[in-house]
Amino acid sequence: MSNGILVFVEHRQGVINKVSFEAVAAAQQLGASLGQEVTAVVLGADAALANEVTGFKLAGVVSAENPKLADYTPDAYADAFEKVVRAREPQYVIFPHTYLVRDFAPKLAARFGKGLVSDCVRMKAEGGAVTFTRRLFQGKMDADVVASGGGAVFATFQSGAYRGDQAERGGAAAAVESVAVEVGEVRMQPEAPFQEVKAAVDLTKTDVIIAIGRGIKSQENIALAQKLAELLGGDIAASRPICDAGWLPIDRQIGSSGQTVAPKLYIALGISGAIQHLVGMKNAGTIVAVNKDAEAPIFDIADYGIVGDLFEVVPALTEEIQKLKG
Amino acid sequence: MKIFVLMKQVPNKDAVLRVRGDGKWVEEGDLSFEVNESDGYALEESLRLKEKKGGEVVVACLGPQRAKSVIKDALARGADRAIHVVADDFAQAGPFAVAKVLAEAIRGEQPDLVLAGLQSDDQGYGQTGVIVAELLGLPHATIVIDVDYSSEQLRVKRELESGWYQWYTMQTPALLTIQSGISQIRYATLKGIMAAKKKEIREAQPAIAAGEGEFQTVERVYLPLKQKQTQFLGDGDAKKGAAQLAEKLRNEARVI
Ligand SMILES: Cc1cc2nc3c(=O)[nH]c(=O)nc-3n(C[C@H](O)[C@H](O)[C@H](O)COP(=O)(O)OP(=O)(O)OC[C@H]3O[C@@H](n4cnc5c(N)ncnc54)[C@H](O)[C@@H]3O)c2cc1C
Repeated sequence: MSNGILVFVEHRQGVINKVSFEAVAAAQQLGASLGQEVTAVVLGADAALANEVTGFKLAGVVSAENPKLADYTPDAYADAFEKVVRAREPQYVIFPHTYLVRDFAPKLAARFGKGLVSDCVRMKAEGGAVTFTRRLFQGKMDADVVASGGGAVFATFQSGAYRGDQAERGGAAAAVESVAVEVGEVRMQPEAPFQEVKAAVDLTKTDVIIAIGRGIKSQENIALAQKLAELLGGDIAASRPICDAGWLPIDRQIGSSGQTVAPKLYIALGISGAIQHLVGMKNAGTIVAVNKDAEAPIFDIADYGIVGDLFEVVPALTEEIQKLKG
Repeated sequence: MKIFVLMKQVPNKDAVLRVRGDGKWVEEGDLSFEVNESDGYALEESLRLKEKKGGEVVVACLGPQRAKSVIKDALARGADRAIHVVADDFAQAGPFAVAKVLAEAIRGEQPDLVLAGLQSDDQGYGQTGVIVAELLGLPHATIVIDVDYSSEQLRVKRELESGWYQWYTMQTPALLTIQSGISQIRYATLKGIMAAKKKEIREAQPAIAAGEGEFQTVERVYLPLKQKQTQFLGDGDAKKGAAQLAEKLRNEARVI
């Protein structure tokens, strides 16, 4: 009989990834609805980091240890976590939807004959049944998903779905249970992580950002946005496909694999608003979106929206601002 | 070297989506389809590896007959042959079922390398490649943005969050999930398109039925609920919208 909820706490280079606290908050809410206990799982060479999460309201912290877990690899992590799941037979295993989790958790779930209910934005537990909501079509649709069948349900939550500061703290420190786990052959050898040479432009210091997406259609059209940027004393930035195509250098990319910015004004032109883009700019002061699709997800976080063709809107806007500036 | 590349056909990115009558998926009759973005990059990387190391590139695709257009395009760009697992009812299948079908379709071929896109633009599970690797007993790396196979050793550069990267040395055979932007995608040449006509597309049946062993079921599909009160300006009139926006930016948001 499966029981309880496990939540994965991620770390890199000796630091706990804060998105893990969002997963803790999600697991605690699920636990409260189902009347089940939540146990955190930390994988590592020793219990050093497990001791950092004992302040949360948890039934305990499992520190699964093996020297091969000192550096992250999917082989070692999947082996170690599999041991924990087999030993504890949880009903749910909750993860933050990070790049690291994407790398090993599907492998783990596959060992139980399943996939993950991945990248969820919320969940609802009613009468013991849980409905997860995931985004489809890069944020254009939501889907309610129910997990059936026996054994553990593995689910990952999108960054921002729950708030880390809402993870409940406990009265007494949760007990750490150190377990030595077996890890088989590790078939990949990591080198040290690194950042590319420092970006030539630091968009985090700009007050105004004009960002372009695939809607700009061609490299030549970027001049339109450039003109608007100059007028507003701002900088030009882009969604990933624009940088992938080589139309702008990668240091202008905003999003999970680019820069995270919070300017006073962010104008998104022809950007659909995929989550990987939104995480890089959602904290901007004022967000403007111009998109010909009224249902584009970018409008969900925009203060002002214009549904229309950017090739009509941008020249008109440039002209209007010129007028205002006199 | 035998390189397999997993490719999927997905609805066009600019498609306007409507929920299907039963509320469980989108109306597909309305849509046009294209290759999943990162799968196109996976194909490109496969072709570049073949050019350096020799061997063949084989496309494996699960989907209905219309997915043939993705396969034919890949053959025109330089893939050597294809396996098409033909099925109409896998659009909503979970990641394990899809991976199972693909793994069984290529298992007997003993590939040296399997490349896949990192995530599909429709379902977006981001798991197919990793599960295929597990089912075939291969080591894997995800979100790969560079491949160095100039020596005997396979080295791959993985993208981490916020502009960080990491190289891994991999045992082979291996499976890699490829991130968009790894290289610039070539166009199909006229010669390539002609040559593709003679290339083999082998049709196969899925190893399991859709829904078999499925553990996640989509109950309902709907437009996301809006969280923020967006002020929509201009009512479809671009000029009016622009004028209103300029005024709001100055007087409300005070950013001009
Ligand atoms: C692991 C991972 C990491 C990623 N990292 C990032 C990242 O750091 N940054 C990032 O941006 N993305 C990232 N992505 C990609 C992301 O998922 C999206 O694919 C990408 O953001 C889409 O870019 P887009 O909005 O420009 O293009 P699309 O989604 O194609 O949207 C184009 C939009 O333009 C609109 N449009 C078209 N023509 C016009 C017109 N004439 N006028 C007005 N509007 C028009 C369309 O309606 C559409 O909404 C990542 C993805 C993955 C899987």
